[in-house]
Amino acid sequence: MNDETIAKAESFPARFTDKLLMGMSWAEYSKKLITPFNIVAMIILCVGFPLIGLRFYKGLAAVTHSSNEYPWSILLGWGLFAGVPLSATGYVMATTVYILGYKKYHPLVRLGVLTGFMGYLFAVIYLLIDIGRPWRIYYPMAVSYGPTSVLFLVAWHVSTYLTVQLLEFSPAILEWIRAQRVRKWAILITIAMTIAGVILSTLHQSALGALFLLAPGKVHPLWYSTFIPVFNFISSIFGGLCMVIAVSTVCARWLRDKADDTFLSNLDPLTVGLGKAAAVVMFVYFVLKLIGVAHDDNWALLGTGYGYWFLVEIFLFVALPVVTLSVGVKKNSAGLVRFGAFHAIAGIILNRLNLSIITFNYNLPDHFHHIVPPAKEALIVLSIITFHILLFRWILNRMPVLREDPDFPEEDH
Amino acid sequence: MEKARDGGKKGTVSRRQLLQGLAVAGGAAIIGTSTEVFADGKFSGWPDRRGMLTDLTECVGCRSCEKACNEANRLPGPEVPFDEKSVFERKRRPTASAYTVVNRYEPKSSDKPLYRKVQCNHCNEPSCAAACPVKAYTKTPEGSVLYNADVCFGCRYCMVACPFYVPAYDYDSALEPKIVKCTLCYGRISKGGIPACAEACPAGAVTFGKRSDLIKLARNKIRKNPDKYIDRIYGEYEVGGTSWLYISSVPFDQLDYPNNIPEKPLVEQTKGFLSAVPMVLTIWPALLTMCYAATRNKEGKE
Repeated sequence: MNDETIAKAESFPARFTDKLLMGMSWAEYSKKLITPFNIVAMIILCVGFPLIGLRFYKGLAAVTHSSNEYPWSILLGWGLFAGVPLSATGYVMATTVYILGYKKYHPLVRLGVLTGFMGYLFAVIYLLIDIGRPWRIYYPMAVSYGPTSVLFLVAWHVSTYLTVQLLEFSPAILEWIRAQRVRKWAILITIAMTIAGVILSTLHQSALGALFLLAPGKVHPLWYSTFIPVFNFISSIFGGLCMVIAVSTVCARWLRDKADDTFLSNLDPLTVGLGKAAAVVMFVYFVLKLIGVAHDDNWALLGTGYGYWFLVEIFLFVALPVVTLSVGVKKNSAGLVRFGAFHAIAGIILNRLNLSIITFNYNLPDHFHHIVPPAKEALIVLSIITFHILLFRWILNRMPVLREDPDFPEEDH
Repeated sequence: MEKARDGGKKGTVSRRQLLQGLAVAGGAAIIGTSTEVFADGKFSGWPDRRGMLTDLTECVGCRSCEKACNEANRLPGPEVPFDEKSVFERKRRPTASAYTVVNRYEPKSSDKPLYRKVQCNHCNEPSCAAACPVKAYTKTPEGSVLYNADVCFGCRYCMVACPFYVPAYDYDSALEPKIVKCTLCYGRISKGGIPACAEACPAGAVTFGKRSDLIKLARNKIRKNPDKYIDRIYGEYEVGGTSWLYISSVPFDQLDYPNNIPEKPLVEQTKGFLSAVPMVLTIWPALLTMCYAATRNKEGKE
């Protein structure tokens, strides 16, 4: 090490820029940023962000289709109701590795936790845009308690779980900034945080469905069931597993240089393993959905328009991916498992949109007009998705997530 | 007798408050919630709560109630004047600038049009209150369900929960949006007055009084005129009973009254879920710790 590098390492601003630019100079870094993907992303953000500004200048009516009959639109239908089950990645992976002891899945834990953390963070961002007075978001926690409300429970759990996931992910951040001693502390609390994570997830994943229990006359009877909380919880488990498969697939394709050999060479067998677990849980969910119809004796409704839609959901978006995943596992084909995982994810999104938007207020006239989001709102959602991807990539590029930092080898927990 | 009932009422309230206090203080906030607020089986609402009886056969659709409500609550002026009949061409609902609206129906089973006045029904055990995560709603002993904009953060879950599609939201307000709905003229009735719409009604279609008296009155009307009325008081049992009661000459579903809602208060629907919360909280940590202990020395194989 020559004098220059020592000096560089010791000066904080220099170290900071070094971390931020991944060891490149400003010129090199900016040059590297100009890619077709980034240009498209920038265009989307340049359109979407001003629209978010418009929401805070002219009110929700200017950008969303939220109305007095349909208070929750695609911002929450997508951002919260579909986003949260797909962010179950953190608790399913941490449980697999730290609680159930499947240590061979270790290369995927950090990716799972980060995906989960980012998912919740962005669910909160969607929420902050949608709620009327976002600066009061802490009111259920500190100002006025409404303990009979399921949403009160959701508010507490999502905010607590966001903190838990940040702590779960903190070792990666601390390794990135080389904070050795703090990292030791962060590692120590892993098990406690994992257990807290499972409890909080069980409750708020199911609570997001339980919110609709209060609207029995509004949600279509095929989707309204006393089992909604159980459906939502169970589907979050395979949602999380499939999301890990999907995100790791994408990372292995486009961020190959940020992943280490352990990650890349183990990915296929691990994918098949996750697919096996997902198929089992998904099959249980499929059977439960049928029991739900039987329990409420809703068989006759299956012959109606909404009934056909329900059959599409559970056969084409639950049963079919179960078959794909099972065949993939049987043939040991990671490719087929990946295909099934993406399909299952689509199924979860469809289910949550059905519950919160498509079948909500099914008995009102003009219902179909209301379920189509206006362009401005769709663009806001698109720009947040884009921002989500950019931030995700930014972190994956810098922190040891897809790879192990050689200075910090895996320790026993 | 009166005294005993009063004592009982007080007992219920303080127990409720105590439980809520304990729930919050004991960290139940993180954990979950007390199911014991409105959903106490023994609590059947405030005994002296007031209500309104609407006789749909008397209403002539003059919209005087809309006008009186607008003036009493100092709401913004209407888009079309209150004596304009063209508004009946489409079905309206209460909005951020109208606590009440009157709609016209022409059911086949009736030879003359019927008018339905829509506003907050002031449920005995309101689902908006059960839904609100910041307790912005209060059911007062007078019967009004009141909303407090000072704590509301605009989640609009109350709107999702209301079976009657009542709470309206200020979607055009960027920074200070609030929920807007009928207050049963709380300011007036708490001083012994009567709600503006009831006072303004020239046809005697809206009667204000103690809810229990109104139910007797409605039953009498139906008994005396069985050919005129159908044998049902809408609001007597729906979602646990509402302060607004309706009698009609045609079935209520022909007038868009929700007819697929339970007779139990809606908060009962979430009771089972909320009571499962403590189970998860106690069983999960034990189970997970056991799993961890059992597998901690397991090798890396599946």
